Amino acid sequence: MATTVTHLKAQLGAAAPASRATQDAPWVRWSLIGVALVFLGFFLVLPLAAVFTEALRKGIALYFQSFTDADTLAAVRLTFLTAAIAVPANVVFGVAAAWCITKFNFKGKSLLITLIDLPFAVSPVISGLIYVLVFGLQGWLGPYLDAGTHPWLGDWLNQQDIKVIFAVPGIVLATIFVTFPFVARELIPLMQAQGTDEEYAAITLGASGWQTFRRVTLPNIKWGLFYGVILCNARAMGEFGAVSVVSGHIRGETNTMPLQVEILYNEYNFVAAFAVSSLLAMLAMVTLVLKSLIEWRYAQSRATHD
Amino acid sequence: MSITATQITKTFGTYTALAGVDLHVPSGKLVALLGPSGSGKTTLLRVIAGLETADSGSGRIQFHAEDVTDVPTGKRGVGFVFQHYALFRHMTVFDNIAFGLNVLKRKERPSKDQIADRVHKLLKLVQLDNLGKRYPTQLSGGQRQRVALARALAVDPKVLLLDEPFGALDAKVRKELRRWLRQFHDEINLTTVFVTHDQEEALEIADEVVVMNQAKIEQVGTPQEVYDHPATPFVYQFLGNVNKLQLPWRGFSNADGSHGPFTDSSAKVAYVRPHELEVLRYRVGVDGEVASIRTIHAAGSVARLTCVRGSSEFVDVEISRQRLDELALAIDDPVLLRVRRSRTFAEDYAI
Amino acid sequence: MSSVRSSRSVLPGFGLSLGFTLAYLGLIVLVPLLAAFIRTSEMSWADFVTAVASPRVLASYKLSFGASFLAALVNSFFGLIVAWVLVRYSFFGKRVVDALVDLPFALPTAVAGIALTAIYANNGWVGGWMEPVWTAAVAKLDAWMPWASWKDWLGLKIAFDRPGVFIALTFIGLPFVVRTLQPVLEELEPELEEASASLGANRWQTITRVIFPELLPALITGFAMAFARALGEYGSVVFIAGNMPMHSEITPLLIITKLEQYDYHGATAIAVVMLVSSFCLLLLINLLQKWSRRHHRV
Repeated sequence: MATTVTHLKAQLGAAAPASRATQDAPWVRWSLIGVALVFLGFFLVLPLAAVFTEALRKGIALYFQSFTDADTLAAVRLTFLTAAIAVPANVVFGVAAAWCITKFNFKGKSLLITLIDLPFAVSPVISGLIYVLVFGLQGWLGPYLDAGTHPWLGDWLNQQDIKVIFAVPGIVLATIFVTFPFVARELIPLMQAQGTDEEYAAITLGASGWQTFRRVTLPNIKWGLFYGVILCNARAMGEFGAVSVVSGHIRGETNTMPLQVEILYNEYNFVAAFAVSSLLAMLAMVTLVLKSLIEWRYAQSRATHD
Repeated sequence: MSITATQITKTFGTYTALAGVDLHVPSGKLVALLGPSGSGKTTLLRVIAGLETADSGSGRIQFHAEDVTDVPTGKRGVGFVFQHYALFRHMTVFDNIAFGLNVLKRKERPSKDQIADRVHKLLKLVQLDNLGKRYPTQLSGGQRQRVALARALAVDPKVLLLDEPFGALDAKVRKELRRWLRQFHDEINLTTVFVTHDQEEALEIADEVVVMNQAKIEQVGTPQEVYDHPATPFVYQFLGNVNKLQLPWRGFSNADGSHGPFTDSSAKVAYVRPHELEVLRYRVGVDGEVASIRTIHAAGSVARLTCVRGSSEFVDVEISRQRLDELALAIDDPVLLRVRRSRTFAEDYAI
Repeated sequence: MSSVRSSRSVLPGFGLSLGFTLAYLGLIVLVPLLAAFIRTSEMSWADFVTAVASPRVLASYKLSFGASFLAALVNSFFGLIVAWVLVRYSFFGKRVVDALVDLPFALPTAVAGIALTAIYANNGWVGGWMEPVWTAAVAKLDAWMPWASWKDWLGLKIAFDRPGVFIALTFIGLPFVVRTLQPVLEELEPELEEASASLGANRWQTITRVIFPELLPALITGFAMAFARALGEYGSVVFIAGNMPMHSEITPLLIITKLEQYDYHGATAIAVVMLVSSFCLLLLINLLQKWSRRHHRV
């Protein structure tokens, strides 16, 4: 949450008037503001407006009718299911990683931090591909998942009807991969800044490890954690490239909302495609609002504590 | 080059930083702007430098006879040294000092060799001869301060302005550097104004001290004047320790050498410095205010006593170590206090 | 990685949290990534070269790297202005604008893709008037300098052509430069500018000689991050690019195409080339940040 601290400074800084030497001439100021707003208008505001305009192009009735489609509803359900698994998994990981990285000293710590960021550097398409390589029919574990090679395991998996690639587990795994760093990278700098004094104090006062975490650490990091969760969730629900590779695009079964958008769009069903998109765009806006609120709240609490 | 500021008012929103301030800095003098934080001293310095503009309709700034109120900072001919130095981190010490010359218009700019020559002279002047190639991050705090000074001097300023020049340094370096600044000033003889909240610093090196409080100037004078003859209760309390004696008291010195009660019966408070009090062992029939000893600190060149008069009026007294030995005092001993010098102020009179 | 504790700690949970972290990291990230490299090592050198250096693949590299570079460059320029405006000036709606900068992070790429297509297509709000202008301009350039084959480089249309790729990549890289510059700008001491002004520098000299050098490390970092993100981008591009082989086909799309043809080795080989490029960029970004931290610690 490093950015939130600086946001606070910006707010405080805005209150203090700039001296004559650091002020730009009004024409410079207004032209730069103009350039910035035109640029952001073309690249951010117009796309957002386009989503809703296109969705409502044929009227409100058709807009709502788009959501009655069984395949679309299945896509919505799958998207929520995926996020409901991927987000908690990465929260548990993020907290564990932040705990060992910030509260203890060990060799290879900076390498570990770099490795946690690794999925951000990997193209979504490749994120999907590597799971196909591991679990696909031609992959390492593929033969085990296919009945025949190892009859006992294959039979068992077949009976349980477990498939990874072109099925829900693959979608969940690929989503976990692409959202992997979100929670950890919010918590690590935050907990690093907070140090270990309070935890030591709790331990010397007789608290157990779990009590220390729950009553001392967690309240301190709850906003950072929430921040990580909403970013993680937005990406989990919106991921397209990675999920596209592992999904197999089976209608009503392995399509998430972004994939459903693609299918509807490619079928020239633009109203439905943009209607589903409008839900995702609203999710994005809610995410941005929550994010700003947390930054604001965090800035407030910093201001009163300082 | 003298500096004259007349009727300077500066407000930030609803906050008044300067309220109609008049200041004259004589040519070639080293002047300290002294005051607590929020007194307006830094704002005054910044207005003189042109980094801040005084409220419209308020007064003028003049350098010698020239009105510079509307001259932008870079053209005023001021050298400004910032509290945290504000050195350019991506430039070497050499480039930092040369900056003011390098940004001159081509036809005014000295040649490369002339610039190098000037920078080396300045480096020598601030005793950093061989550090030109270093970056600011590779210098100590005291060295950075001197680089900042050299950078300000490179443009041949008419006046030198320093904002809390020693504020960010540790105590030992601070003492060395302020003596060095005094010598340095005597060498270059440039009109210099510096801001400080440290009275010891101001009294030690300034030719003239300007004491500020709550957006106004309280008093201007030599260090001796402001210390010995404070014009206001604020100056009295801000410069050194002072006892506010709740009158009536006995034991005031009269002109003829006798002692008696404070003569002006309408005064409520008398300001007395700890060393202006005298301590006697208690004896019946001798004039003085009765008090008892609460603490004795004898670790130092003078002995500091805390006496208590009545139930709750604490009085600090400084006497020599020799006098302490003569008196042979112990805690709770009754003593008589006598006042050698005191001062009262109109605002403390009962109406 | 060694997990030796350098000092005993009274805080509990070290073994458990580190063990879980390493296991999870290994299973979710490292083993699958390793699979790509091992899969590639099964290929012969000749097969590998054919897979990663066929004309169609080479054309996709040129487009992906070129358009990503250009988009990151444009984002650096406008990102600098946006960050400056957001930090230094106050204007109505500033907080909303500030929040909106993160939209490309929050908006699913597929949604961005179809929305941008709708706007920049020749019947869209912007494409409607911009495409004829663009087509005419490129045609004029071509007539003027026929040897340069401008229409191959620049494309005659906006959406469903190369400009569309550039637009989508600019969109998704937009927040990086702004968000890396903002904190640096906020922490920039006003005294630096005042010092520069008091030494006689005019505003332009102050900006180019004092402020810009201070921002440069962050600007390069933001550029590299936007570039890396654009290289791997898929979702927003496929809708707007037109996806013509040898012309407007990006590398990630080619990986998917190979996968759909069950050419696992071909797809993996290209993926390895992209992975290595990304890791080099990541390394560069880390080195830059380390360098600027050391450089700026005063």
